[in-house]
Amino acid sequence: MTDTRPLVPSLWSGFVGIVRRDILLAWKRPGDVLNPLFFFAMVSTLFPLALGPSSEQLGSIGPGVIWVAALLAALLSLNSLFVSDFEDGSLDQLLLSPQPLTVLALGKAIGHWMVSGLPLVVISPLVAISFHMPDQSIKVMAVTLFFGTLSLSLLGSIGAALTVGLHRGTALLSLLILPLAMPVLIFGARTVSLSTSDDAVSAGVYFLAAYCMLALTLAPFATAAALRISNE
Amino acid sequence: MWKFFHKLASPPHFYQFAGKIVPWFAVIAIACIGYGGFAGLFVAPADYQQGDAFRIIYVHVPASYLSMMAYSIMAISAGIGLIWRIKLSHAVAAAAAPLGAWFTFLALATGSIWGKPMWGTWWEWGDPRLTSELLLLFLYIGYMALRASIDDIAKADKASAVLALVGVVNVPIIHFSVEWWSSLHQGPTLVREGGPAMAPDMLYPLLAMILGFTFLFGALLLGRVRTEVLYREYRARWVRELLLGDGGTT
Amino acid sequence: MCLFRGDKCLFNSLEFALNPGQLLIVEGSNGSGKTSLLRGIAGLLEFEQGEIHWEGNPLHGHYQAFRADLTWFAHKVGFKDDLNLLENLRFEQSLHSFDEGSVMAVLARLGLDLLTELPLRSLSAGQQRRVALARMLLSKGRVWMMDEPFTNLDGAGRSLVDAVLSEHLANGGSAIVATHQPLEIVGDVKRVSLS
Repeated sequence: MTDTRPLVPSLWSGFVGIVRRDILLAWKRPGDVLNPLFFFAMVSTLFPLALGPSSEQLGSIGPGVIWVAALLAALLSLNSLFVSDFEDGSLDQLLLSPQPLTVLALGKAIGHWMVSGLPLVVISPLVAISFHMPDQSIKVMAVTLFFGTLSLSLLGSIGAALTVGLHRGTALLSLLILPLAMPVLIFGARTVSLSTSDDAVSAGVYFLAAYCMLALTLAPFATAAALRISNE
Repeated sequence: MWKFFHKLASPPHFYQFAGKIVPWFAVIAIACIGYGGFAGLFVAPADYQQGDAFRIIYVHVPASYLSMMAYSIMAISAGIGLIWRIKLSHAVAAAAAPLGAWFTFLALATGSIWGKPMWGTWWEWGDPRLTSELLLLFLYIGYMALRASIDDIAKADKASAVLALVGVVNVPIIHFSVEWWSSLHQGPTLVREGGPAMAPDMLYPLLAMILGFTFLFGALLLGRVRTEVLYREYRARWVRELLLGDGGTT
Repeated sequence: MCLFRGDKCLFNSLEFALNPGQLLIVEGSNGSGKTSLLRGIAGLLEFEQGEIHWEGNPLHGHYQAFRADLTWFAHKVGFKDDLNLLENLRFEQSLHSFDEGSVMAVLARLGLDLLTELPLRSLSAGQQRRVALARMLLSKGRVWMMDEPFTNLDGAGRSLVDAVLSEHLANGGSAIVATHQPLEIVGDVKRVSLS
């Protein structure tokens, strides 16, 4: 009889596997990716429609509106982050794998960002143009959204992990995530506003990057703890 | 000393111990609030800038201080309960949440009432203190909502503990972010280099109110924890004996 | 051991030991806590009291070593419906390494080798259970935990489970199986009854 200890794959093998799997799943169900994007675009157009097309007004509310729309779109897509895994038993398998759950949780969040946040960053210039925002603002908007959506995916995964399997988890998820999302929203939107008036934006961008790093390093631990608790 | 705390973690002992303490806390609270309220409203001189309107700080400041202390207590006891698996700790967190939420609401309401004569508006988004208090209220409500939506108490304890700990990291960040943008709120008048900026006549009632509110919170918290303990341990014999008066054979 | 489900304390005073080559059958009527016991041993649920030891070490704090050796088979298959067999197994490989070369042979044995291109959702319930069985065969875990392995399987499927389980035990593996149906297993069998 051969005594073969089972090989444990390397630390990041699970991370890469999950990111790859979730991207593949999103590829097979493009609606899941496109729905939040369309939602983002549509919510952004509601405001010009409601408030009238005055150019200066649009330019001044643009950053805020686009950021709120991005936040709402993120909330929409975060809802189902762990739901299908919970329902088909994949979550059990993740919890029982020898890979550290923290790394797997990070993988879920990054995978989610790559199919929801990143596309949003890519189409944000189009929406920004419709708000008559100046060119340098559009760049700043994309950078802030880059860090912002990544932070939202990470922080949102905590909320999604806490509410998976609960009835009416949707509204609760928003309630739990909003306080975490506030600093991102405040800095993101207001930094872009500053850029429209040519003020220095680097401080705001650094803050967003720092908050993102904080989320990157701490959120997976909270998400992993929450997943174990919710799966009981 | 350790033995004392160890014994206290057992629900029936805690119940007895807290029961003895609550009346004392209540008495101290009434005394402090009585003195502070009377002195604050009638004895302290009117502020030369704000007139009598400033007197609302005698409720506003203690309330906002306590709203944050309650959150800390909630988060710390939730953390202790999660890490060391002490059920009583979770009960303390559960009991502290609604109290903290009410203090937060009180702080917001009094802050708004104070704001009207000071700034001319009922609400000012640029004020970091007010906005952080509002977010603190959302944190409390989120905590209570999460607890309410999970049926199994042990699971609710653990999940809400994770949430409380995440919130604790977030509160200073929120505060800082709002403060970074312009603020209208007056700087902290109590803790400043060179001593507080208030005249002693104004200060002492304020300190009394803060102390009184703290003891009030303590009394209410211990009372709520006792109730929470009874609710959670309803199957235990000591609870039945207590409630039914004799050896529970029901 | 004691585990709480709601307010009820399930299985007071339960103890057992499992050696290589042994099979532990957990019996009990519905609701007696078979699933909870298995989930507790695997670490998905927490026990109020009681301890589990794996290879001489208490499990608490050594979960990773245990999980490297554990393969789980339960009512939910644990694969993604939208992905096909190979894509699912590719993901499985990133969690537990297995020998890629043996994949097709295992699938052939389970009668799944012609179904690799279809999304899992197109397979019947019995076929999906066999895919979960593939996971058991491919993994090198020495401990198998199976919760009601015969659900949704026809006669051929059931004999497959019996055969596969017997081989695993003969190779020195051990298993904990919760079931209320009889198993035709050759080997060292212990039973635990929950009621």
